[in-house]
Amino acid sequence: MKNKLITGLRFTGLGFLEPLVRLIQGEDPQKNTLAFVKRAIFPLLSIALFIGIWHASADYLYNKEATARIEKAREKQGETAATEMKECIASGDVSCQPNTLPSPAKVWLAYQTLLRDHKVISNDKAAFKKKTAALNAKRKAKGDAPITYTGRPSFVDQIITSLQTVFAGFLLAALIAIPIGIIIGLSSTLRNSFNWLIQILKPVSPVVWLLLVFMIVKTLITNPDMDKSFMISFISVGLCAMWATLVNTSMGVSSVDKDFVNVAKVLKLNVGQNIFKVVLPSSLPMIFTGLRITLSVAWMVLIAIELLAQSPGLGSFVWEEFQNGANDSNAKIIVAMFVIGLIGFLLDRIMMTIQKMMSFNKAEVA
Amino acid sequence: MAFLELKNVYKSYGTGKERVEVLSDINLSIEEGEFLAIVGFTGSGKTTLINLINGLHFPDKGEVLLQGKPITGPGPDRGVVFQNYSLLPWLSVYHNVKLAIDKAYPQATGKEKDERIRSYVEMVGLSHAIHKKPAELSGGMRQRVSVARALAMNPEVLLMDEPLSALDALTRGTLQEEIVNIWSKDKKTCLLITNDVDEGIIMADRIVPLTPGPNASLGPEFQVDFPRPRVITEINQDPAYKLLRNEILEYLIQVGAARKQEQKQVEYTLPDLKPVMPGRLRWRKKREDEKVKYF
Ligand SMILES: Nc1ncnc2c1ncn2[C@@H]1O[C@H](COP(=O)(O)OP(=O)(O)O)[C@@H](O)[C@H]1O
Ligand SMILES: [Mg+2]
Repeated sequence: MKNKLITGLRFTGLGFLEPLVRLIQGEDPQKNTLAFVKRAIFPLLSIALFIGIWHASADYLYNKEATARIEKAREKQGETAATEMKECIASGDVSCQPNTLPSPAKVWLAYQTLLRDHKVISNDKAAFKKKTAALNAKRKAKGDAPITYTGRPSFVDQIITSLQTVFAGFLLAALIAIPIGIIIGLSSTLRNSFNWLIQILKPVSPVVWLLLVFMIVKTLITNPDMDKSFMISFISVGLCAMWATLVNTSMGVSSVDKDFVNVAKVLKLNVGQNIFKVVLPSSLPMIFTGLRITLSVAWMVLIAIELLAQSPGLGSFVWEEFQNGANDSNAKIIVAMFVIGLIGFLLDRIMMTIQKMMSFNKAEVA
Repeated sequence: MAFLELKNVYKSYGTGKERVEVLSDINLSIEEGEFLAIVGFTGSGKTTLINLINGLHFPDKGEVLLQGKPITGPGPDRGVVFQNYSLLPWLSVYHNVKLAIDKAYPQATGKEKDERIRSYVEMVGLSHAIHKKPAELSGGMRQRVSVARALAMNPEVLLMDEPLSALDALTRGTLQEEIVNIWSKDKKTCLLITNDVDEGIIMADRIVPLTPGPNASLGPEFQVDFPRPRVITEINQDPAYKLLRNEILEYLIQVGAARKQEQKQVEYTLPDLKPVMPGRLRWRKKREDEKVKYF
């Protein structure tokens, strides 16, 4: 039971809790206390330090901005305006708050605001659904499209949209890159022929992919009902992110261990058996390493692409908040930043776990 | 006509400066049903020799004939036990053996195949581990799977490349016995590559040494006429055994030493340097042509 728990923790990257589990079980208290301090307490301290530095710098920037505002008021409108400004800032009035890096406390407040907002919107949505249920049933019977909720999406909705886009893009990348990688990997002639194309396209910036996809999708899809912005963003994400998988797959396929190649030759395996019993299994670890990179690249470029494509998701949330310029906009952007980072981390952890399962030589996975 | 024949076979790797002449003028013939052992030093070209027979490599010169026909590539008539097991790590014991069964009996029904797989796995005594992956097996067990896989192709010759050299002495002994038992059941032709003279004597009908490389070739053959089944503990006492063992070892040591001598002569030709004796130092004015001009 204990060992299972520990293996599970290690497997999911929560290995830092291992000493605590052992400690609770009363195993080697001295060693495990030390290990726990080192692996769990110190990281916690470093988080505290990080928040401390953040708080101090936010404070400093706030004061600098406030002083600048007061000075400006004094210069332009004289002493009374300066005192007014000072009072206004001190009173916490929304209209004259310094616009700068928000403090941790403000970010925490913004986070709670976003959650509350989400509750309100989902209640709204549920109410709307109830209200229109009868009507929609009638419309369906008649063959009309149902009435859908068109209100503003909440922060959580944006996260879900982003996740959908990234998964669609990731799937597209895998579906394109793995088969092509296998085909290219099997033939050194093909590999040499297409190497230039891969090398040139690989470093192209997400922005350019977006524009390219935009040109093509705009022409191909004339049906106004289709969700063009979603298509454009997920295709761009897929195209940006697929290169790691493509290169890794072709590398894995082309560098099968010589011993395995010899076995395949001596057993006279046919092409299909050779690919599915020898080549693919032996390159699976490489393929999954590629997919792991692909997913993390996909998540990274997704935000930029959503921002540019104005398609819903975290990217456009960030951009709208930035343009919005409300009192807590900056804090909301920082919340989004942490959410983006956290989700990226979780996605990577999931991929790492899958990668570990796929690897036949378990020591190979970093 | 010999069952398997190598005639004036030469084999080298690489081209230009990197070219290594590994085997030179190899002549060997193996009779049907014979158990032949080739002993040689590491790196002398034993694996190369076996690869010429299993069809992974081809000779530069000379020919390799199986039943009078030149070998054109790997074939199910030759089962191979590789030096490093070469099991597919993502397949269980069952499925590793199944690969060979699928090849050897393509027409068999699923049930027949299943029975055959199980019988070969049982033959090497691994029924209890049939669904384990190679990583979960010990070295000896892996080697057994490798033997089962080679046998499962139902080959006419079994080629074994140092099958037991990575194993501990005890496992080695049991496996030697098991392989000989399997061989004596249906008298398949066997070619065993080994670096252990005792192993050769215990298992083979005939031992041929391979001289050290480069340009390795086969030495004089030694007939092993001890009655079978041979039991190590008994055979150990036999003076004839000691005699044969010493004879082979002496031969190997002698060719090994001779080769070392040759290499030494090449390596240690001293460069033609004359020592410079320090002359007496004395002060004098530098001659004009000795002066160093800085500007
Ligand atoms: N594919 C290869 N390319 C170049 N040299 C090789 C290759 N395979 C083996 N050799 C060389 O040939 C010699 C004999 O190798 P090998 O047949 O593996 O020896 P053994 O099996 O007796 O230990 C060694 O010197 C080795 O370095
Ligand atoms: Mg070898």
